[in-house]
Amino acid sequence: MTGEPLLKVQAVETYYGNIRALSGVDVDVHKGEIVSLIGANGAGKSTLMMTICGSPQARTGQVIFDGEDITRLPTHLIARKRIAQSPEGRRIFPRMTVYENLQMGAGLDNLKYFNEDVEKIFTLFPRLKERQSQRGGTLSGGEQQMLSIGRALMARPKLLLLDEPSLGLAPLIVKGIFEAIKKLNKEEGLTVFLVEQNAFAALKLSDRGYVMVNGKVTMSGTGKELLINPEVRAAYLEGGRH
Amino acid sequence: MEYFIQQLANGLTLGSIYGLVAIGYTMVYGIIGMINFAHGDIFMLGGFAALIVFLILTTFFAGIPVALALLVMLIVAMLMTGLWNWTIERIAYRPLRGSFRLAPLITAIGMSIVLSNFIQVTQGPRNKPIPPLVTEVYHIGNITISLKQILIVVITSILLFAFWYIVNKTPLGRAQRATEQDRKMAALLGVDVDKTISITFIMGAALAAVAGSMYLMYYGVASFNDGFIPGVKAFTAAVLGGIGSLPGAVLGGLLIGLIESLWSAYFSIAYKDVATFAILAIVLIFKPTGILGRPEVEKV
Repeated sequence: MTGEPLLKVQAVETYYGNIRALSGVDVDVHKGEIVSLIGANGAGKSTLMMTICGSPQARTGQVIFDGEDITRLPTHLIARKRIAQSPEGRRIFPRMTVYENLQMGAGLDNLKYFNEDVEKIFTLFPRLKERQSQRGGTLSGGEQQMLSIGRALMARPKLLLLDEPSLGLAPLIVKGIFEAIKKLNKEEGLTVFLVEQNAFAALKLSDRGYVMVNGKVTMSGTGKELLINPEVRAAYLEGGRH
Repeated sequence: MEYFIQQLANGLTLGSIYGLVAIGYTMVYGIIGMINFAHGDIFMLGGFAALIVFLILTTFFAGIPVALALLVMLIVAMLMTGLWNWTIERIAYRPLRGSFRLAPLITAIGMSIVLSNFIQVTQGPRNKPIPPLVTEVYHIGNITISLKQILIVVITSILLFAFWYIVNKTPLGRAQRATEQDRKMAALLGVDVDKTISITFIMGAALAAVAGSMYLMYYGVASFNDGFIPGVKAFTAAVLGGIGSLPGAVLGGLLIGLIESLWSAYFSIAYKDVATFAILAIVLIFKPTGILGRPEVEKV
């Protein structure tokens, strides 16, 4: 990879109180790439996602996006740089309708492209169209996941952060979501950084990947390299294969 | 029967005022999970702001039409009171956000005392009278309805509609509801949470200022401790309707107003507050979330 990465995470350390959750993490994501971060539960993957968005902020190190240091920016201003996240736990607004949740996603442009973009989301996830006037809290887990991704896409992101898009979904829906991500990446050049437990599917989809253990990045490489790496296979793939 | 309708009209008027104040309690509770005990005093400040504006207008612009005077009075009171509440949130509550739960609550009680003492010291402890502004009354049979009662109910209805529209149909309202439901996620979507909370305090105060002005107009006096009993009743209204619920606040306000005036009319006026709070206690025993409050069950 050449040129400045779109997102550069440099020697980032994040703490919860006195507990260090990330220690010296370096991650690069280039424009147009799909990069995945795999690792066990509690490795710090979601913490890294949230640190990129400034919630919590990194105690040391830097997060650079599009050539600009965003480490100390408040979360809402980071969002306005067009970093959209579908976070851990999906965080759908439970007492807003599906439609309103999507409107929240498009708030950055004051709904300027809303009608156009919402149609795209409905084509991508037809289930959301059926449920558009239903409250977010009444959706099934899979539908909430679709809504969470759809809401992030509504922001027209330069960088899409996906935290476990496959969590709790039926394999067929996972396949659909991953295909959708691939398609957005191919056709619209969307840059994606995703965290996954489902390492096999994630690495297959990704250009590159990082492996995280106990708050540290221990390995990185192209998706293919990691897929055939014996250590990765032993720890994350064998037996966990879908 | 006529007596009953008369009391109904009185209760509705009073209830409108309580409802407007209750919205301020319920909104702030909804968005930051804190009871703003100073809100009753914000209501009282609104009354004083209106009184001062009125005196200035009648002193320097004698002969100004009453309708215009009322309008100016309401608008200036809303602005001033909004500014007060914004300042209070900024200096007293925001630094404590994320602190332990009791801290903002205690601060709010402190702010309440500060405000009422401030007015007591600067405006004096005696009741401040205001000459009757609107004196027309209408008779339908034996029922007497004053123009000011009609005005109060009409102004309240207009404000409630405007308010409902803002909360449910505008980007600002969406941001407020999003902040209420998941502050972190709202920030992830680019909502300036601090600004949204500030605006919520300003909106709540503006409604309280209107309520304060109408209370002043209705009873003809303003007093530094007006924030206490009416404030507590508005808070009761918010709890009765279901704290956090906007329609609940209005419903609670109307119910408290009706209970108060019907009890005073048919039983003993001395015990009207006892009756009000007894009904609150009974409702809370059988429906702890209030009438329209939502039980906290959500699918994760």
